Amino acid sequence: MGQIKLNQVTKSFGDVEVIPPLDLTIEDGEFAVFVGPSGCGKSTLLRMIAGLEDLTSGSVEIDGTDATTTPPAKRGLAMVFQSYALYPHMSVRKNIAFPMRMAGVDQAEQDRRIKAAAEALNLTDYLDRRPGQLSGGQRQRVAIGRAIVREPSAFLFDEPLSNLDAALRVGMRLEICEMHDRLKTTMIYVTHDQVEAMTMADKIVVLQAGVIEQVGSPLELYHKPRNVFVAGFIGSPKMNLISGAEAEKHGARTIGIRPEHIDVTGDSGLWQGVVGVAEHLGSDTFFHIHNTGLAETITVRAPGEVSFDNGDVIHLSPRLDQLHRFDAQGLRIE
Amino acid sequence: MARAVTQRRKIINTAVAWSIGLLIFFPILWTILTSFKTEAQAISDPPVFLAFDWTLENYSVVMERSNYMRFLWNSVIIAGGSTILGIIVAVPAAWSMAFVPSARTKDILLWMLSTKMLPAVGVLYPIYLIFIKLGILDTRTGLVIVLMLMNLPIIVWMLYTYFREIPGEILEAARMDGASLKEEILYVLTPMAVPGIASTLLLNFILAWNEAFWTLNLTAAKAAPLTAFIASYSSPEGLFYAKLSAASTMAIAPILVLGWFSQKQLVSGLTFGAVK
Repeated sequence: MGQIKLNQVTKSFGDVEVIPPLDLTIEDGEFAVFVGPSGCGKSTLLRMIAGLEDLTSGSVEIDGTDATTTPPAKRGLAMVFQSYALYPHMSVRKNIAFPMRMAGVDQAEQDRRIKAAAEALNLTDYLDRRPGQLSGGQRQRVAIGRAIVREPSAFLFDEPLSNLDAALRVGMRLEICEMHDRLKTTMIYVTHDQVEAMTMADKIVVLQAGVIEQVGSPLELYHKPRNVFVAGFIGSPKMNLISGAEAEKHGARTIGIRPEHIDVTGDSGLWQGVVGVAEHLGSDTFFHIHNTGLAETITVRAPGEVSFDNGDVIHLSPRLDQLHRFDAQGLRIE
Repeated sequence: MARAVTQRRKIINTAVAWSIGLLIFFPILWTILTSFKTEAQAISDPPVFLAFDWTLENYSVVMERSNYMRFLWNSVIIAGGSTILGIIVAVPAAWSMAFVPSARTKDILLWMLSTKMLPAVGVLYPIYLIFIKLGILDTRTGLVIVLMLMNLPIIVWMLYTYFREIPGEILEAARMDGASLKEEILYVLTPMAVPGIASTLLLNFILAWNEAFWTLNLTAAKAAPLTAFIASYSSPEGLFYAKLSAASTMAIAPILVLGWFSQKQLVSGLTFGAVK
C-alpha cells in the first residue's frame, strides 16, 4: 500500500514562494518521476512528502491518512539520497540493519532481510566493509539496500544516480526498474535527466518554478506536450521550436518539430540550410543546421549514417503530421 | 601540494623549528630543573643549568607540608566534571545551531563568544555573592558549575564547527530510517563527531585544569585544586623557589602527560575542517 496524495500544498522560504498551491496523486505501486530543470522545486516537493521539509500550507496524505505533521520516521517511507548518505562509521551490514534496529526488528529477522537484500544487490562480499572502502556504485546499492529492508510503503529517490558515471548510471537505472517490477511498491524518483524520466516512469510529473506543467505517461508527454516548456524539455535532442512567419502559416504562434521527424536530402525539401556541425554516432547522425531563416539552429536526427558534412547545403522535409502547434500563451493547439 | 625542498633547507627548517619549540618549552624545563635544586642553588647568580646537586628534598617537603592527593583529586573532579557537564549541555545546543539554525543563530554564537572578552574579575563580585547565597562557596560543585559556564562558549563553538562538517543528509537519512532525535544524536551524530568531541573534551579539560582565577577566588581549603596548591607556595613568609617549582611540577605533571599522549588527537581535532 502506498498511495500518496498532495492537497493544495505550498512551500515558501521567507517571502519567496517556491511551490504555489499544488495537487497531485501518486497511485499505489506507481513509478512516478518528478523532472524539471534545477531549482524547479522537485527536490523540495520530495522532501515535503518525506517530512524533511515542513509544508507552508496544504496537506499530505499517505494511504488515505493525513501525514502532514507526522515526523519522517513515522511515515513509513524510505529515501535514497544523491550523496548516498551512508553512516560512515558503520559497516555495510550495520548500515543496512540500522532502520530495522530503530524499528526493533528481532535479530533473526534482521539477518534474514540483510541476507536477502545483499544477495539481490550483489553486496554479500562487502557486508563487513565500511562505506569508505566501496565504489560509488556499491555505495548506492547499500543505500538502496537500507531502503529495501524497511519494507516501506513507498520509496523516495532524490537524484540517486547523479554522482555515478554514465555507464554505471544505465546499469543502476535498469536495476531500479527491475526492483520496481519485483516489489511493486510505489516509487517517487526525482531527476533533472529527462532520459531517466522517460525510461523509468509510469507517470512523469514535469515541474517548472514549482508549478506542474504536465502529468502523464512518457509517451503522452512525447507525443502530446501540453505546452512549449514540456515540448522543449522532453525529448533528446530537444524539439525544434519555430516562431514567426513559418509558424503563422500553420495557424500558430509557435510550432515544434522533433529532430527525428525531419527528413534530410541533398536536393529538395520544404526548408533549406547549411550544416553547422554534423555528429556521426554510427547509429544516428545529428545535424545542427544554420541559415534556415527559421530559428538560429535547427537540429535533425537522421537514422544511421548520413554523409553530409560541415558547410554542406542541406534540404529539410518536416513530417507535417508530427508538427506540434502552440498558441500565444504557449499552450498546445489540437 | 608537495614542493621540492633541498637537504640544506630541510636542516635549517628543522633547526629553527626545534629552537622555537625549546624556547617555548624552556620555562617549563626550568621549573622542572629548579625543583631538583636546593633553595640556595635555585636563586644563585649566575644560574646553574645542570651542574648542581640533584635532590628530591623539595618534593618530600612539599608532600609533607600539603596533602597533594586531595588537591589532585579536587582538580580531577573539577576539570573532569565541568568538561563532561559542558559537553552534555553543548551537544544539543551545537546540534540545533548547526542543523536547524534560526535567523539569530549567528548572533547568539557571537554573543556567546563576546562573553569570553569580558574580564573575569568583572563578574567576580556578583558570582561570589551568588555562591554565598547558594552555599556553594569552596565546594567542588560550585567550581564545576562556574568553570563549565566559563568554558561553555568555547565548547559550543568547537562542537558547532565540527557538526557543521557533517553532511545534513546523513542525519536526514537517520530520520528517514526511523531514528528519534535522541537516537539520531546518539547513534549517528556523536560517533561521526568523535574526533571533534574528543579534542573538545581534551582542550576543555586542560583549560579547566589550568584555570586559576576562579579556583583561587572561590575556594579556601576544602575544594582547592592544584592551582591553589601552587599558589600556597608563594607564601608571605618569603618565596621558596625550589619548593614552589616542585609544587608546580607536581601540579602540571598530570596534564603534561595527558597532553603529550593526546597531542596527535588535539592537533587533528583543532585543525579539523580547516582543509576540505
